[in-house]
Amino acid sequence: MKTLMTILCASLAGSAAFADNHCAAGKTLTDGVLTIATGNPAYYPWVMDDAPESKQGFEAAVAYAVANEMGFADDAVTWVRTSFDEAIQPGAKNFDFNLQQYSITPEREETVDFSLPYYSSAMAVLTTQSVAEKVGEPTIEVLKGLLWGAGASHTGATMVGQVIAPDQDVLLYNDNTDVTAALQANQIDAALFDLPTALYLSAVVVENGALLGQFPAERSENPDQFGMLMADGSALKPCVDEAIQALTDSGKLAEIEAEWLQGATGVPVIQ
Amino acid sequence: MTKADENPAMPGRRAQYEAALRRRSLWVAGVSTSLVFLAILVLVPLAPGWEAVKKSFFNWGVFSKTFPGLLDAFLLDIAIFSWCAPLIALLGLFVAICRDIQKPALYPLRLFATVYTDVFRGLPVILVIYLVGFGIPGLGLPRPWNSPYIWGSLALILVYAAYVAEVIRSGIGSIHKSQSSAALSLGLSNADTMRYVILPQALRNVLPANMNLVVALQKDVALLSFVGPVEIFRQAGVYKSLYASFTPYVGAAIIFLAITIPMTRFADHLMNKRRKQEQ
Amino acid sequence: MLSLKNIQKAFGDHHVLRGIDLEVAKGEMVCLIGASGSGKSTLLRAVNLLDPVDDGEIWFDGVDIAEPGLDPQPIRQRIGLVFQSFNLFPHMSAAENVMLAPRRVKGLSRTAQRGRVEELFDRFGLGHRIDHYPDQLSGGQQQRVAIIRALAMQPDILLFDEITSALDPELVAEVLDVLRSLREEGMTMILATHEMGFARELADKVCFLEGGRILEEGTPAQIFDAPREERTRQFLSQVL
Repeated sequence: MKTLMTILCASLAGSAAFADNHCAAGKTLTDGVLTIATGNPAYYPWVMDDAPESKQGFEAAVAYAVANEMGFADDAVTWVRTSFDEAIQPGAKNFDFNLQQYSITPEREETVDFSLPYYSSAMAVLTTQSVAEKVGEPTIEVLKGLLWGAGASHTGATMVGQVIAPDQDVLLYNDNTDVTAALQANQIDAALFDLPTALYLSAVVVENGALLGQFPAERSENPDQFGMLMADGSALKPCVDEAIQALTDSGKLAEIEAEWLQGATGVPVIQ
Repeated sequence: MTKADENPAMPGRRAQYEAALRRRSLWVAGVSTSLVFLAILVLVPLAPGWEAVKKSFFNWGVFSKTFPGLLDAFLLDIAIFSWCAPLIALLGLFVAICRDIQKPALYPLRLFATVYTDVFRGLPVILVIYLVGFGIPGLGLPRPWNSPYIWGSLALILVYAAYVAEVIRSGIGSIHKSQSSAALSLGLSNADTMRYVILPQALRNVLPANMNLVVALQKDVALLSFVGPVEIFRQAGVYKSLYASFTPYVGAAIIFLAITIPMTRFADHLMNKRRKQEQ
Repeated sequence: MLSLKNIQKAFGDHHVLRGIDLEVAKGEMVCLIGASGSGKSTLLRAVNLLDPVDDGEIWFDGVDIAEPGLDPQPIRQRIGLVFQSFNLFPHMSAAENVMLAPRRVKGLSRTAQRGRVEELFDRFGLGHRIDHYPDQLSGGQQQRVAIIRALAMQPDILLFDEITSALDPELVAEVLDVLRSLREEGMTMILATHEMGFARELADKVCFLEGGRILEEGTPAQIFDAPREERTRQFLSQVL
């Protein structure tokens, strides 16, 4: 009983001290703890080795930077895992915010809240060496003649239709693995991904993978921007936005991006 | 002599009693059905998450924007269905006949048919679609022979033909031995006995069961989306990502039901007709 | 024409035929009588090669058709069998029932057969029923169609397996009339039957079967008026 009282007092004192200084006080799921969600599993280069606690990987690093900016120490951060669909379903959330490359769209904002973007991505064309050799100079005209694929839940799926408008029906897949399987089985010639994913897939997953080029963010109608996903009407949103704004202004975000997504250079821009 | 005999227009005691019973059960059924509907209409909107669910699943704006696109995508479902169904019927029939082959020289066919039905009835459809739809094109077939439309369809055909074969086989088993005795006694060959006497009756007997498989096939066509084709289920998924709304799935469900409910009713109708014939 | 020698047949442990010897001459009508389970049906099915015999010989037109491994198909075309339960094909019209085997086995087209088939239907009083389906026909009519079906193959010999047993009493006569007409035509026939009056009137030979053996055979007068065996006498006293 005595020990219980001690713990109780200690935690009360702790949260009280925290409440004095911080925007997020009393707004998180668990007082004094920031619960962050990511994908299951989470991939390179977003999270290294599926271990966000290590702070290795772009999103892991961003998450800790934002947490620190919001006044949470590293050990006050806990991680949970969710699927993509789970997170945009209506209802209560088991996380304070969720980052797994959610593109911010007005339609999604009907159902959930997004923070300010922590990353703006160009879209890149993933293909194989043999197709890349055949295509040569990538122009929209040439790209129209290719057989296209994309992940069904990515914004790439709609962007292929809008920006390229290929001659043949686009084939869509459940996840990146299936897209790459189709690419390798020669069922599709090319697929559209955000640049970091495309880099990873061409380097690690697709045998003889190649990047045909990239569409700069301003080229697409909705440049793909990743935001942290929160429950609709989350009280925490202003605190997260404030933190991201501060990190953007200080150049810290660009620094993290350069560290983890440096491979994003050297891919030709498609005119 | 009773009153009823003298005046046939007067219902008898039994008829009067049964009419009263019918009126009573109609009344009870009507009241209880209305109560249940009322409870749903009143209670569901009271649920704390109703507003959020309504916005996500029953969003009229999203519905009207996506429904035409869904209908368009459903044409692909119908196309896939219409080239799969006849091939399933043929393969199913072939396998069913192979399973009853007696000739020792053709034993490999029989063995093949048995293993085939065991394997493909034992596997989830989606697994077969993945394995066949990605696996076989992965062997390095040239275009257009590596098309997911071809191999995805083949996966559906393989699985459904296994079920159809079993249904037809049970139909063959349901034909009384005396029918084949009669045919054989006339000097007909085994093959002719099967073709002209047993199969026509067997197929007629299993028509309702096969209609149920047809309904199931119509739904499972959506699984082809896993290997690429953008049919209605996938199109709904794309809209879901685009609008962060589950309403397109509701739209797809409505389109599916518009097709499958009449089909199911028809299958039931056939089933009842058969049952009446057997009595 | 047909000669059975020491026919043996068992279903599992059940020994149904225990050495049947029987001679049937061309144009003869032989009636098999006996209690249910005495082996009458099994014997007829054995002659049609539906249930091959275990041992013994069946000489038909100079060939032992009980020879194991013999192709039964051409033999069955020449030995017709009519069943107790008619066994018409329910998905075919009466005419189609009759024309199927000649069409498939002898290659006769429907048009080539139609005239002859219509004649047969007319002859047995079924001209107006020729395109009806079995479930639209009475039992007696169905059985007559079944007989026409067997006749259409123009067999050398016809076997009848209790063909009136499944009929309502008032329908028996119309079927027996058919048999009478075939008898006059000189068709060779073997009947398993319970119609003792009919057997007595028309049979050339009557065989009393019991326990898979022919216990007694002779002319109808011998069997019905002066049976030698006590068992025959007992059986007849029960059924007459």
